[in-house]
Amino acid sequence: MAATTAPPTAGERTADQQADGGAAPAGPEPTTRSRASRVAITGLLVLGLFLMAGPFVWMILSSLKTQAEITAIAPSLLPEDPTLDNYVALFRRLDFLRYFWNSTLIAVLVTLGNIVFTSAAGYALAKIPFRGRGAVFGIVLATLMVPTSVTLVPLYILMSRLSLLNTYAGVILPLVAGPFGVFLMRQFMGQLPDDLIEAAEVDGASHLRIFARIAMPLSLAPVAVLGIFTFLGTWNAFLWPLIVLTDQDKYTLPIALALAAIGQNSTDYGLLMAGSVAIITPVVVVFMLFQRQFTESIAMTGIK
Amino acid sequence: MTRLSRSARQDLAGWGFSAPYLVVFVVFMAGPILAALWFSFTDFELANLVDPLGAPWIGLDNYTRALDDPEVARAATNTLVFVVVGVPLSVSAGLVAAVLIENGFTRLESVFRVGFYLPVVTSIIAIAVIWRFMLNPNIGLVNRALEVVGVDGPSWLNDTSTALPSIIVMAAWRNLGQSMIILLAGLKGISPNLYEAARVDGASGFQQFLHITIPQLRPVLLFALVITSIGYLQVFEEPFVMTGGGPLDTTLTMAMVIYEQGFNFFHLGYASAVAYLLFIAIAALAFVQFKVLGDDD
Repeated sequence: MAATTAPPTAGERTADQQADGGAAPAGPEPTTRSRASRVAITGLLVLGLFLMAGPFVWMILSSLKTQAEITAIAPSLLPEDPTLDNYVALFRRLDFLRYFWNSTLIAVLVTLGNIVFTSAAGYALAKIPFRGRGAVFGIVLATLMVPTSVTLVPLYILMSRLSLLNTYAGVILPLVAGPFGVFLMRQFMGQLPDDLIEAAEVDGASHLRIFARIAMPLSLAPVAVLGIFTFLGTWNAFLWPLIVLTDQDKYTLPIALALAAIGQNSTDYGLLMAGSVAIITPVVVVFMLFQRQFTESIAMTGIK
Repeated sequence: MTRLSRSARQDLAGWGFSAPYLVVFVVFMAGPILAALWFSFTDFELANLVDPLGAPWIGLDNYTRALDDPEVARAATNTLVFVVVGVPLSVSAGLVAAVLIENGFTRLESVFRVGFYLPVVTSIIAIAVIWRFMLNPNIGLVNRALEVVGVDGPSWLNDTSTALPSIIVMAAWRNLGQSMIILLAGLKGISPNLYEAARVDGASGFQQFLHITIPQLRPVLLFALVITSIGYLQVFEEPFVMTGGGPLDTTLTMAMVIYEQGFNFFHLGYASAVAYLLFIAIAALAFVQFKVLGDDD
């Protein structure tokens, strides 16, 4: 991962340092001093990394301990007698596979919806000069930051009227086409050359055809980013699913974990840590695989 | 069939392509925002679900009641503390991380970037569950570590003086990565020539940070502050899992009041009014931040 971004920046750095050395002769051995400060900075960052990783390491280690070891008066860092009992209990005592399936189903459907619908809107805003385009984009920008808490009650009432309470559809529908996706896809599709679109139009291709055959195949990278963002966001979503889903067999993983943590399993920390590992692991895997596209696109959408 | 003109075809295609998004926007966002305003003026209870428009109109009663409600006052104060303390803490921690990463070894950059950002993408519920365990007074990692150095740690989440600060620190720990990523991108956009010129003029590292980095980062800082503020004003999951709003309502937040009033007691009209008050506060804060920090652009 590190190797891919390093070379160009590293080159600039070296040039920088040389220029530094030439321009500021007052400092003693500027290059070495700069290296020393970089070592100190790295030391601080490693310390920070320990603070960031600590809770996750503690989670994993505790998930492998027995309840007796977790509550022992003499604390232990590493599990003395590692056990998978807590993971077995996830399946035996909580209906873990069910929750895993519910979470996956909802996250996949919301992700697919966003990929199709927001790419289409993003394409229109970037490449079709239609009347009202400015107004539609204005709506997208204005709703990027609308707080969800204000829509909870009316959405609940709406879902109740539509008989969609306690259904997956009730959770999914309000989430299938978010403004973030439209904004992201518009930014990326705006970079496709206009000549390409116009040439296809001259050849008699409809926008539907251009979108499906040209724009989408050329936008696989941003589609991947959108997909990952949406999947992770939905996988981690809590409040809206909590309000809509009332039957235990409809619960998603975060609902099951939260209710276990505040309910009768509230002191079974081994079980709760195993549940946390189960929720976090898929996310970490997806994030590690795509971290570059992920962080770069945040930078892009954050600034443009 | 007559052929449509080119511009008519463009209009049709443009609206057609935007239609699914626009339908979701109208039905699940614009409609509900207006409906919430309407419901906030009614005495909407569970029984009104069968006929939402028939809920009795009570004017501003929900609002006057909310402004008199000690629970709302308590929640508003806690939420405000969360924002006033938590937002600067999170964003400045993110800024420190970003500046350190930018000035460290380039080869290690992505390791730190991923490490500091990871908590942002993990489930807040799992994070809250982990931290509740870590802050357990008897068997948690924090007090067991303090024990080693001979300090008797407090009962973090059960003590009225430490519960809210504990949750704020946890939120800053989790969210600093978000600011870091945004600010790191901003730092890369600053021209090295500016620093070069400052060094020629003999500016120290700290002076460069104060007079070049901060002003150059202003739009990006603004963005980080606004999105962190909007998130923190709606803080819900952390107290829901870690304290349930206690002890003695010291960690009760506005979003928790909306949830409890709306979905535990089904005072849906009242919950709408509280939600609107929060909505106005969020819009006002975002507006003020744009005014204060964005006026040069």
